[in-house]
Amino acid sequence: MKEGFATALEKSLIGCHSCHLVCQGTAAHGQGEMICPRCGSVLHQRKPHSLSRAWALVMAAFIFYIPAMVLPITTVISLGKAQSDTIMSGVIYFIHTGMWPIALVIFIASVFVPLAKLFILTFLLISVQRKWQWRPKDRTSLYRITEAIGRWSMTDIYVVTILVALVKLGGLATIEAEAGAIFFAAVVVTTMFAAMSFDPRLIWDSVETNYE
Amino acid sequence: MSTASTIACHECDLLYELPVLPEGSVAKCSRCGAVLQRHKRDSLDRTLSWTIAGLILFVVANSFPFLALKSGGLVRETTLITGVVELYNEDMRSLAVLVFLTSILFPVVQLAGMLYLLLPLKVNRLPWWKPALVFRFIRSLQPWGMMEVFMVGILVSMVKLAKMAKVVPGIAIFSFAILIFVLAAAASSLDPHLVWNRLELDS
Repeated sequence: MKEGFATALEKSLIGCHSCHLVCQGTAAHGQGEMICPRCGSVLHQRKPHSLSRAWALVMAAFIFYIPAMVLPITTVISLGKAQSDTIMSGVIYFIHTGMWPIALVIFIASVFVPLAKLFILTFLLISVQRKWQWRPKDRTSLYRITEAIGRWSMTDIYVVTILVALVKLGGLATIEAEAGAIFFAAVVVTTMFAAMSFDPRLIWDSVETNYE
Repeated sequence: MSTASTIACHECDLLYELPVLPEGSVAKCSRCGAVLQRHKRDSLDRTLSWTIAGLILFVVANSFPFLALKSGGLVRETTLITGVVELYNEDMRSLAVLVFLTSILFPVVQLAGMLYLLLPLKVNRLPWWKPALVFRFIRSLQPWGMMEVFMVGILVSMVKLAKMAKVVPGIAIFSFAILIFVLAAAASSLDPHLVWNRLELDS
């Protein structure tokens, strides 16, 4: 592999977001959109409004995270008695009944991962805005990890769906989804969009100015 | 096929002149470590066969119940779509739509889209309707198809319900489990650069 010493930006080239074709052009400042000749998507040197979009979505996700944790996600109605469960009470129930591997899966997927993802994205956004030079390679890896793990938080949403579908045993028991589940789904979706709108190339842009 | 192609790292924007990679090798960005390109063995053929297998399994997984719950004389069976319908009826519309999209619609659209693209390419023809648009669309769905996460959801639910009633796994759960691996194989045998090159050359 012959290593390049310049970025696409410096050579007035644009790497297409979706098909990765390298195209000529400096469509940085507005006058009309450039279209990738191969796949037809709009070309941008960097993802448009990457920082403000990512910030907005991260903030929204932080806000959704609170009702997602506080409000119940399911209500079990069994023999006339109703019992509501939040995500954490579900985890605690599994610990009490000795099923700690399941407790761990749910805790990591539903509580830890979304929060870790939000803090990492916040950290990356601040580091880009402050033009930190600190370990760009590790920060890029951090970004790659956040992008990859986000989907696993959907586990709890699917558990709720399956429980709602299965537990309809006449008058014996039913399970209903509650508002917390909607907020939780909103956390997962907004953090995924936040990670997608962040452009990891921004991490390197501030490093490059010190290269030569 | 072209001898060397210019490529910009999609994570740090560094430019490379990438030679044709030997089969089975991976090119990584020397600065940020992102995977630039993988040359997969028989990429298109393998992806096509995994895709066909995936579609068949998908039909099976959705046609039969994957779990049944027994308590006394009562039995309740569920297919993948039942949960979505129940959520919808409970006025959890947004949740129902999200689950439907991520666990049913997006995965099947992706499989069908790959079949639509790869079948004509196999016989050296170009798909007749906007192949670039179709490929771009199914690539953008990639993060939103979450069948493997759904599988974890099934396992957790089984444990959760085990205390309440007898849980009986159905036929669909096995095809579902295999489908997860088939989808992973289809995704990892695909070399998107190769597909783009073929679509470009033939047009």
